[in-house]
Amino acid sequence: MQLMPLLERLFPLGHSILRRDDVFSGSARTAAGEVTLIGTANRREVGIDDALQLAAAVLASTREHPQRPILMLVDTAGQRLSRRDELLGINAYFAHLARTLELARRRGARLVTLVYGEAVSGGFLSFGLMADQIYALAGAQIRVMDLRAMARVTKQPLDKLEALSRSSPVFAPGVDNYVRMGAVESVWQDDLAAALLAALARPAEGDRRRERGAERGGRTLACDVAAAVRAGEA
Amino acid sequence: METLRFRFDGRQALPAGEHHALVGVVASGNLEVLLERLPLDGAMEIHIVTAARGFGEIWQAVLGDFAARHPLRDLRISINDVGATPAVVSLRLSQALEALQESAP
Amino acid sequence: MKPPHAKATAAEPSAVNAVHDSSTRSFYEADARARIAGLLDRASFREFVGPCRRMASPHLTPLDQPGAFDDGVVVGEGLLRGRRVLIAAQQGAFLGGGVGEVHGAKLTGLLERAVTERPAAVLLLLDTGGVRLHEANAGLIAISEILRATLAARAAGVAVLALIGSGNGAFGGMGIVARCCSAVLMSEEGRLSLSGPEVIETVRGVEEFDARDRALVWRVTGGKHRFLLGEANLLVADRIDAFADAVLAALDGLHESGDSLVALEREQTRLSQRIADYGDCRDGLEIWRRQGIAEPERLPLLDTAEFLAAAATRGTPCN
Repeated sequence: MQLMPLLERLFPLGHSILRRDDVFSGSARTAAGEVTLIGTANRREVGIDDALQLAAAVLASTREHPQRPILMLVDTAGQRLSRRDELLGINAYFAHLARTLELARRRGARLVTLVYGEAVSGGFLSFGLMADQIYALAGAQIRVMDLRAMARVTKQPLDKLEALSRSSPVFAPGVDNYVRMGAVESVWQDDLAAALLAALARPAEGDRRRERGAERGGRTLACDVAAAVRAGEA
Repeated sequence: METLRFRFDGRQALPAGEHHALVGVVASGNLEVLLERLPLDGAMEIHIVTAARGFGEIWQAVLGDFAARHPLRDLRISINDVGATPAVVSLRLSQALEALQESAP
Repeated sequence: MKPPHAKATAAEPSAVNAVHDSSTRSFYEADARARIAGLLDRASFREFVGPCRRMASPHLTPLDQPGAFDDGVVVGEGLLRGRRVLIAAQQGAFLGGGVGEVHGAKLTGLLERAVTERPAAVLLLLDTGGVRLHEANAGLIAISEILRATLAARAAGVAVLALIGSGNGAFGGMGIVARCCSAVLMSEEGRLSLSGPEVIETVRGVEEFDARDRALVWRVTGGKHRFLLGEANLLVADRIDAFADAVLAALDGLHESGDSLVALEREQTRLSQRIADYGDCRDGLEIWRRQGIAEPERLPLLDTAEFLAAAATRGTPCN
């Protein structure tokens, strides 16, 4: 879905965004009050300038309205692949963005993500994946890399990976796999404004992705292994 | 991948030392070897997972040689292998045994 | 003449020197377990969910890849010069130190333990390209969990230190995690960034980034450049005991309480200024020259002590 029709469906009461290239921030009105918006569009490859622009919006929201929820709208093809960005420390810019979001959470802002286009690895890690709850539209795509590239890296025939991906959610792209693994709460259909209100009304409960992954059978070990280490088991 | 199991009767008790020892890494041309002291009716049991198929006879020879030199009782050896040469396998087995027998301070 | 790192020798008989033998060796050359053994006080390490638990990844067998009993990461607790620390070391030779479901959960569990145990620090010995592609989705989610757990541990008042001096360095999502830590300690050999040069070369072409030009790769991602940019808090020689010294130096005067708004606004300014100052550069050399370092092209050749002396002369504050 394109950004503008998405915003209209999410915010029938109105919104206002500032968009530079395919990176935007702003605010919107909901029946439950104002929310801060940040996000990317048109499969934006997130670079250092983009990460700073998003972080600035998060910091401003935390400074002026610490309790105001932050909605992240994600459509990114990943991190920008550029020597210049690596030279200046793109990992630090992404870390900075993640840290601004963590601060916002600690100051009382609810963090909600909606993947409405693509969500790919590094670009997704630094903001969308920082949310308390992550949702996706039915037509969205979430992945680390496509299956053909996977086949090259793991030196496995593509048809074998395709067959495996029907039984295992751990490596093949797809929103449903991320739902099964507990990273995506659910897929939104139809009334997006109502879905958003329901998400904002849910209490923050910390990082529960491992528990959900175990409940849903997509990530059966992570929860128990982390608990065993946390308990200091030999 | 292939899974292989061997069992040798032991004659010598293991000298005192650590409960277990792990040496090596699961990487191309390398292997990891985990030794554990376990009650096994006096046997040495060896369990191998290897990425390279069809080398059962070579494993048999290398491990038979190790078992002849160290006929140890109640020892479980677990190996994850990615195509290590017989020389590397022997070296890791010796290193693991040495690490297992290091006395705790 | 003896190189500075060839101090204690195996010929010296006392127990003290035996300890020095393992701690003065190269951090780069050591594997995960040797790094932990060299850093921590003798026999103080207690491993959590160790190899006997056989908590290997279940996702590798269908891809004909043998798993590792510790899934490529060693976690536990011990004493570093008498201070209680939690520690994790990635095994770089196993699948490039890649983070999968189990590997990641061990790191997350360790960071969560820090909140209740309140050690002097959590030490993350990173040696990784990021997500393990054999279980890519699980790895990506796991890194997100590690990232959040790192920030939660810091907010709870526990310092988390990234130690980077390994073959794989810290790339991918773990490069982001490194910069979410309280401090980053690097050796010249270490590398810290996001996308590997090989990936950039493959996608954007060799003109963008020649991954085989090792000197260029280090001028873009290596420890010296990261130190000059202010990305690594401390740069140390490639010795395990130098990393131990650096841990104590980093903890000295560090009062962790998580990021404050003021601190992050300062970071926002610093990172913006960096783009203003160096946004047109494509090689570390250009940045070092702008920092006012005389003869910047000699920096890669200097040993750590000489390099730190040269770096101290730079005019522009690192940003």
